[in-house]
Amino acid sequence: MYTQSFNVQDTAGAKPVALAPSKEDPALQAAFDARIDADGRIEPQDWMPDAYRKTLVRQISQHAHSEIVGMLPEGNWISRAPSLKRKAILIAKVQDEGGHGLYLYSAAETLGTSRDQMLEGLHSGRAKYSSIFNYPTLNWADVGVVGWLVDGAAIMNQVPLCRCSYGPYARAMVRVCKEESFHQRQGYEALLVMMTGTAEQKAMVQDAVNRFWWKCLAMFGPPDADSPHSGQAMRWGIKRISNDDLRQKFIDATVPQAKVLGVTLPDPDLKWNEERQHYDYGQIDWDEFWSTVNGNGPCNKERLATRVKAYSEGEWVRDAAMAHARKQQERSTMKEAA
Amino acid sequence: MTTELKEWPLWEIFIRSKQGLEHKHCGSLHAADARQALEMARDVYTRRQEGVSIWVLPSSAITASNPDEKGELFDPAADKIYRHPTFYEIPDAVGHM
Repeated sequence: MYTQSFNVQDTAGAKPVALAPSKEDPALQAAFDARIDADGRIEPQDWMPDAYRKTLVRQISQHAHSEIVGMLPEGNWISRAPSLKRKAILIAKVQDEGGHGLYLYSAAETLGTSRDQMLEGLHSGRAKYSSIFNYPTLNWADVGVVGWLVDGAAIMNQVPLCRCSYGPYARAMVRVCKEESFHQRQGYEALLVMMTGTAEQKAMVQDAVNRFWWKCLAMFGPPDADSPHSGQAMRWGIKRISNDDLRQKFIDATVPQAKVLGVTLPDPDLKWNEERQHYDYGQIDWDEFWSTVNGNGPCNKERLATRVKAYSEGEWVRDAAMAHARKQQERSTMKEAA
Repeated sequence: MTTELKEWPLWEIFIRSKQGLEHKHCGSLHAADARQALEMARDVYTRRQEGVSIWVLPSSAITASNPDEKGELFDPAADKIYRHPTFYEIPDAVGHM
C-alpha cells in the first residue's frame, strides 16, 4: 500500500490553487473547528465543510486506487516467483493490497461518493494513483525492492494517517498498517537471500535499488515549500507530518538497512550531518515526477489499460451475480406467497 | 418488479474474533447477496484468523440516531452521576464492595 502525499490534484500538473474561503454556516464551522482543535474525530454523519469532504474523497480514493493498481507490477511476478514459498508469499501480499483497496473504498464511500463513481474516475484517467506504479518491475530483484523500499516509504506515510481526523479513514489505516509490516520484511528478506548468491544476483539487487531509490523519495510528494495544500490538510488533521519530514525519516531509517544488506544508495550527496543529526541527501528530479504523474511515465498507459480490461471483462460476472440474487429473492417471495 | 441495481448493494460486516466475545463491526463491502457477502467478508476481513464467526447485514437495514439530536439523546445522562459506584462514600473498614 502506497502513497505519494495524497494531495496531488486530479486536474493534474497544474499548480494547486489556494482554497476559497469557507461559505459555510459559521456556527457549524465553529463547532467543526473546535472539534479539530481538540484533536477530536469527525464521523460520517457529522457536519463537515465541503472542502474537507472533497479533499478526503480525493485523497482516500487516490489511496484506494494506488492499492489496486499496485497489485499489477507485483502480480506480474506471481507465476515467475523463484520458489513455491516465494510464490505463496507474493500471492498473500498482492491479496492484501486488494483488501487494502477495499477498506479504503469503503471509507471513501461513507463521504457520499459511490464505488462506481470512484472506479469511473480511475478508469477514465481523471483520478490519480501513486506514480511509483508507473515504473516497470523488470526482474525478481525489483519485486524485493518494491517490498523493502516502496512499501517502506508507504508505511512511513501511512502510520501518521492512523491519527487522521476522519474516523473511517483512520480506522482503515490502522488495519492496513498492521498488515503492511510483513510486506516490507518479506521484500528485505528476499533481497538478503539474493545477496548471498552469485555476483550476478548481487548486481541485480544493486541495479534494482539504483532504479527505485529516487522514485521512492519522490513518493513523499513535493517539498513542503511547493506543496500549498499541505497547510490546509495539516490544519484539518488529515496530514500530521510534512512531506519533507517524512522523507527525512525514511532516509534515516533506510541507510542502516542498506548497509546490512550490502548495497549502496545511488546518491553521492548522501551523508550523515552531525549537526542536524540526520542524513543530507541530493536533489530529487521533480520534473520527472510531475511528468509521470501527468501520464508520461513508462507504464501509465499499460497499467490503466490492464485495470480497464479486468473491469470490463468482469462485467458479466457482476451482472450474473446480481441476476442470480434477484432470482433467488423472487423464488423465496413466491414460496412465501404459496 | 424489483429495480435494476447496477452496483452491488452495501453490507455491514460484524466479526466475532473468538468464542466468548461479541460480534464487532469491522467494516463494509459490496456483494450481490448475503451468501456472497459472507464469502467476501471471509476474504476481506479474516485473512489472518481474525474471526471465528461472521454476520452480514444490508447497510440499508440500519437505522442510526441523528447526530443533530445528540444533545437531547445523550446529555441527560451526564448529570446522573449517582448511577456510578464511585458516587458513594463507603468507609475503608468495609473493604472491597
